[in-house]
Amino acid sequence: MQPFTKLHGVACPLALASVDTDQLIPARFMVRSRSDGYGGYLLHDLRFAADGEKNGAFVLDLPRYAGAKVLVAAGSFGTGSSREAAVYALWDYGIRCVIASSFGDIFTSNATKNGLLAAVVAEPALTVLLGHLAAADSPALGVDLAQQVITSGSLSVGFEVDPARRLQLLNGWDDIDLTLRYSAEIEAYKGALLARQPWRLLHA
Amino acid sequence: MTTAPRTLFDKLWDSHVVTTRADGETLLWVDRHFVHEGSHHAFRKLDERNAKVAEPALTFGIADHYVPTRGRPAIADAEVAGMVDRLSANAVRHGFRLIGLDDPEQGIVHVVGPELGLTLPGLLVVCGDSHTSTHGAFGTYAFGIGASEVAHVLMTQTLWQRKPKRMRITVTGALGPHVSAKDLALHVIATVGVNGAQGHVVEYAGPAIAGLSMEARQTLCNMSIEAGARCAVIAPDEATFAWVRGRRHAPTSDTLDAALAIWHTLVTDPGAVFDREMEIDASAIAPMVTWGVSPEDAAPISGYVPVLQASDPVRASYLSDAFTYMGLTPGMALTDIAINRVFIGSCTNARLEDLRAAAAVLRGRRARIPGLVSPGSSAVKRAAEAEGIDQVFTDAGLEWADPGCSMCVGMNGDRLAPGERCASTTNRNFRGRQGPGGRTHLMSPAMAAAAAVTGHLTDVRTLPVLEG
Repeated sequence: MQPFTKLHGVACPLALASVDTDQLIPARFMVRSRSDGYGGYLLHDLRFAADGEKNGAFVLDLPRYAGAKVLVAAGSFGTGSSREAAVYALWDYGIRCVIASSFGDIFTSNATKNGLLAAVVAEPALTVLLGHLAAADSPALGVDLAQQVITSGSLSVGFEVDPARRLQLLNGWDDIDLTLRYSAEIEAYKGALLARQPWRLLHA
Repeated sequence: MTTAPRTLFDKLWDSHVVTTRADGETLLWVDRHFVHEGSHHAFRKLDERNAKVAEPALTFGIADHYVPTRGRPAIADAEVAGMVDRLSANAVRHGFRLIGLDDPEQGIVHVVGPELGLTLPGLLVVCGDSHTSTHGAFGTYAFGIGASEVAHVLMTQTLWQRKPKRMRITVTGALGPHVSAKDLALHVIATVGVNGAQGHVVEYAGPAIAGLSMEARQTLCNMSIEAGARCAVIAPDEATFAWVRGRRHAPTSDTLDAALAIWHTLVTDPGAVFDREMEIDASAIAPMVTWGVSPEDAAPISGYVPVLQASDPVRASYLSDAFTYMGLTPGMALTDIAINRVFIGSCTNARLEDLRAAAAVLRGRRARIPGLVSPGSSAVKRAAEAEGIDQVFTDAGLEWADPGCSMCVGMNGDRLAPGERCASTTNRNFRGRQGPGGRTHLMSPAMAAAAAVTGHLTDVRTLPVLEG
């Protein structure tokens, strides 16, 4: 996995109080193969009309936010369905960090495992950040994961992230490689199950 | 040795720990892993590593999310057919059991798991689907995971987790006539909020919970994710043990006593401490409906669509967008909302008890609007047909279809047209969830049936009782 250390890029304010994963990628696109890229499906039904034409008015599609690497949401983000495709859509679009007041638990986990930072910024700092981006000539943010700080010019805002997830992102650790180091412990656990609770292994 | 009093969840957690790192991250053993045709991203990750499924005997594939509900076994959509084929191919290649489209046990994973006795008290169950919380109804630690975690479980039969906080919702009293677990669930979500239980596991306890059937408990635990809780648990009791006994994959006489001895310990000890406690009086709950685009936008059927309040601009903007999308006028009575479709189905409300509740309202009546009824599993479908419930639905003018996730998520093509408004027994009223531009009102099966009869949101308790 690609480590996440520091980032500087265009940041788009998303003035939506609640962004569920059904909005991030509507279910009908998830039959598609990832190799084609999921970026075009990001927030699809908010960006495109029923005939597939881009309505152009959605904030992410405004020229000033072209090439955005950071999304700042006005409330909760990533609630609902466990679909990791929501993270794929963000990643393939180019988003590397989402800032919100709260995240769905499964979303945060999915994001971390793909190297995308879900940074929690509480109010009133979140409103300040949103206002700053909307007013800025060139809306951009710096995100420093080691220091847990978001900066833009003279503005500096701290953010929260689970310590274990922070370490995983900073190092780009892959869970599976890590887990395979515990193979002996896993085998021992399974052995004890077989002896004492065989029904848990569907024996008997 | 004395140990500190533990909650039910503490016991479930402790009994699955393989190892705990210094930073608190804990490797847990997974007892049952359900995969579905949408799990293809995870299998691709296995292929990238040329890895095998670690425990194929504990892995079960079920085709449910994308499968057609009519015209089986043919699948008209080539992309969907490809997904179902890919699941079948992975099952063969990795040697796990597939409950495919033509299997007499096919159905929605969260209905089928308990039916087959794969879901048992004390187990840890995961699936790449957020409504895996359903299985918590059996005193099971069950939660939804993303594709990377699915791949991790496939390769190692374990999962890294950080212990969630514990919240107890004690429900006193008893639900009134025609008030169901769905109404209780919507009441909880409206009270706690869509993120309110985030980071917590919810234990439902109290006399009203003890009085719920196993089906109703599944409905309640199913919806807990809509309050932000990744999982919910209910202590197993005699009703749980009675349900489990004799199921195909449940322990048999040789091991059943040993299992029961453990299952009886799966209760919260007196004096165990929760991070959060909440109490709800079940007798005060009325039938609930949602009006907005989040499950927390729920109110008693006697209520009104909210009015805009200028004092909170973020809230006002949310409401204004929701009203526009839903085509509602602020302050209008909920019973004035006209409906043009009904859907009875999903892992939330498509078990036999749910279909009986809807049929009890529809018996001898005609629906004013078209609708679809998709039973939760093939077993539910057969049982309903044996009782003649299918006939009640078709006599009322509704369509009786095959089991699957169907119009809950619209992946299989069962969708609302733009602007259509649906009385739905499902779990999410997010924008476009049931089809782009579709408008969803969540409610219980009895309430959906009542809306079908009148053509608008209706308090099922006000329908006249039919003679004969």
